[in-house]
Amino acid sequence: MLFVVNTMSDLLIRGGRVIDPANGVDKAADVWIENGRIAAIGKHKAKADTVIDAKGQIVAPGFIDMHVHLREPGQEWKEDIESGSRAAAASGVTSMCCMPNTEPRLDHAGVVRQIIERAENVGLCRLHPIAAVSKNLEGKQLTEMRELSRAGAVAFSDDGRPIWNAGIMRRALEYASSFGFLIVQHAEELELTKGGVINEGWISTQLGVDGMPVEGEDSMVARDIMLTRLTDGRYHVAHISSGRSVELVRQAKAEGLNVSAEAAPHHFALTEEEVLNFNADAKMNPPLRTEENRLAILEGLRDGTIEIIATDHAPHHEDDKRCGLECAAFGIVGLETMLPVSLELVRNNICSMSDLIAKMTCNPARLLGLEAGTLSVGAPADVSIFDPDATWTLDRKKLFSKSKNTPWHGREMTGRVTHTIMDGRLVYANGNIVA
Amino acid sequence: MRPLQHVLGIAEISREQIEYLLQLGQPFVDLSRRPVKKAPTLRGKTVINLFFENSTRTRTSFELAGKRLSADVINISASTSATKKGESLLDTGHTLAAMQPDVLVIRDSRAGACHFLADFLENTAVVNAGDGAHEHPTQILTDLLTLKQAWGDIEGRTITIVGDIAHSRVARSHLLAAAKMGYKVRLVAPKTLLPVRIERFGCKVFNDFDAAIPGSDALYMLRVQSERLQSACFFPSIREYHEAYGLNMQRLDAAGNHTVVLHPGPMNRGVEIASDVADGARSRILDQVENGVAVRMAVLTALCGGQAEPKKRARKKEQAMAAQKAQRKLL
Ligand SMILES: [Zn+2]
Repeated sequence: MLFVVNTMSDLLIRGGRVIDPANGVDKAADVWIENGRIAAIGKHKAKADTVIDAKGQIVAPGFIDMHVHLREPGQEWKEDIESGSRAAAASGVTSMCCMPNTEPRLDHAGVVRQIIERAENVGLCRLHPIAAVSKNLEGKQLTEMRELSRAGAVAFSDDGRPIWNAGIMRRALEYASSFGFLIVQHAEELELTKGGVINEGWISTQLGVDGMPVEGEDSMVARDIMLTRLTDGRYHVAHISSGRSVELVRQAKAEGLNVSAEAAPHHFALTEEEVLNFNADAKMNPPLRTEENRLAILEGLRDGTIEIIATDHAPHHEDDKRCGLECAAFGIVGLETMLPVSLELVRNNICSMSDLIAKMTCNPARLLGLEAGTLSVGAPADVSIFDPDATWTLDRKKLFSKSKNTPWHGREMTGRVTHTIMDGRLVYANGNIVA
Repeated sequence: MRPLQHVLGIAEISREQIEYLLQLGQPFVDLSRRPVKKAPTLRGKTVINLFFENSTRTRTSFELAGKRLSADVINISASTSATKKGESLLDTGHTLAAMQPDVLVIRDSRAGACHFLADFLENTAVVNAGDGAHEHPTQILTDLLTLKQAWGDIEGRTITIVGDIAHSRVARSHLLAAAKMGYKVRLVAPKTLLPVRIERFGCKVFNDFDAAIPGSDALYMLRVQSERLQSACFFPSIREYHEAYGLNMQRLDAAGNHTVVLHPGPMNRGVEIASDVADGARSRILDQVENGVAVRMAVLTALCGGQAEPKKRARKKEQAMAAQKAQRKLL
């Protein structure tokens, strides 16, 4: 009896505009995929097992979302690795980094290994966990970072909360950078944001709810940059939301410090006005800010201060959202709106298409040391194909994510992923998960 | 005038509606002074007072208002309410709405709680009896009726609100009402008790009480929850607070002779207000309490008494029109 050992078939993406920022490529070409790797880019006449017609579409490396909350283990009714992977595949995302605030926390190698294995079994999206900086996210004792790294963790964060103690932060930066590890900070001075529901400003004053001032973020980013200078550490600001923090990162980079930042689409597309009618689906932490801050983030994206777009995908069950603005949980789902909302940057001439794609592919790959984010010959074949001009209306009920907490429900979107290829396999095509 | 569907906040009602409610309220003051304090207006109607936050005076005021209009009034307070057992605000709202009340009066410590419920309840009018630090519309109607009685006309007058503006729904609702009714608001507090950008409401903001007094037609003293505020470092001591922001006779004398004193109650004597001022001739604090019942009677009447019939008719008319439209489409 003959066994078919080669389950990998070859795949041809024909006639698209191939944009691969890592290699400075932006041209009409075919992409040839063989054995899970990029085999060639150019004109191809040979026939393949699968052919995707990409005429009028953009063919890019698979996107990387370095900030998602997948809720597994512990809160699987909100999201799990399977539903999160489906949402990712439908969004052109082929690699994602999940945050450690699960139950149990990602503070032991066993849990990290377990969720990576889960994601591999689901087989729709690569999972690169960001493990906890401190045991049980308590901010008291460091986790075994080397062991966690060996298990597959690609960076360290206590996200969900900040590493607030300056002494612990110093040690974390020192210890982590001894081995080249990156610290990702949710920058929030808790004593300044205590009780806060939304951005502190004119809207919080009108609604009569406690606010979270941008200074809560700024003061911690400023402190952390000083500690990065002191320790020669590697520091990354998660979901930057304040214009002054963007300026602090800009200065730190100019000084040559190892500092980077990511912005979430909601922070550069929306403002605090969204919550004026007590809309809990526009409540997240850090909160939506003023137009002034939004513009400063756009400028940061334009000049490269912010080199990464990440969604802070934070699924919550309806029960945790439909209880009034003040009680509602913080967070919105972000994966499935990542591309169309981010394409606004190109339409508004903030970035070129290639720059935008870089912020969702090779830039995070470089920061995290992932073998992903390019279409180099020989690279793992993770590809995202999208129509930048397709218009559609977002219906929360049609989201692949288990949770439906999005502020964009009912709004017109421009730009849509049509195909996602992960590890050489077509995993998503025209509205459906394949496999 | 657009019929009232809910009374969620001053933000949602027009000047016309406010004037209508004040006009409707005045005769109820007289009714309440009669030996038999009962009108049949709301016979057969049900009013539920749902109080997630303790407030004996507001609840009593709504209860009396409903009873004097012959409505069936039920009080549910936080101690007996199911939310203590973890039932959600929405479930409580749905459960009570299923009992078909005509009006649901809600007091909740969360801003927007009644707006949230009103979105989900179809046949029940919702009245906001105070939602967190957001709005307290019936208190403002109470104050306006009281000031109308004192001055005749409110337009162009200056009300100076003193104290914990940051946590005050009364201050916010007055700022919204001032813009609609044409009176001026001055706010007085240390910066710790002033929310950011509050001046965007179009009011004048003072840190120095004495500087704000000349030209004030009313001095409106807010209740200061001294222990809570002191421990959270909003001010150092009651002694210092009273000295800087308390209303005493000397300060009242610095205002004009016509200047009246208001307080939403309950008062902390010796903290925000001295006893001789609270009990003095220029205090309108007890008038506020009396008028509070009257304006709440006006609100209940407008929501399910006098206005009910035209509202229903309007709805029927709408339905008829929709049916006509549908028919036209078929043709
Ligand atoms: Zn975070």
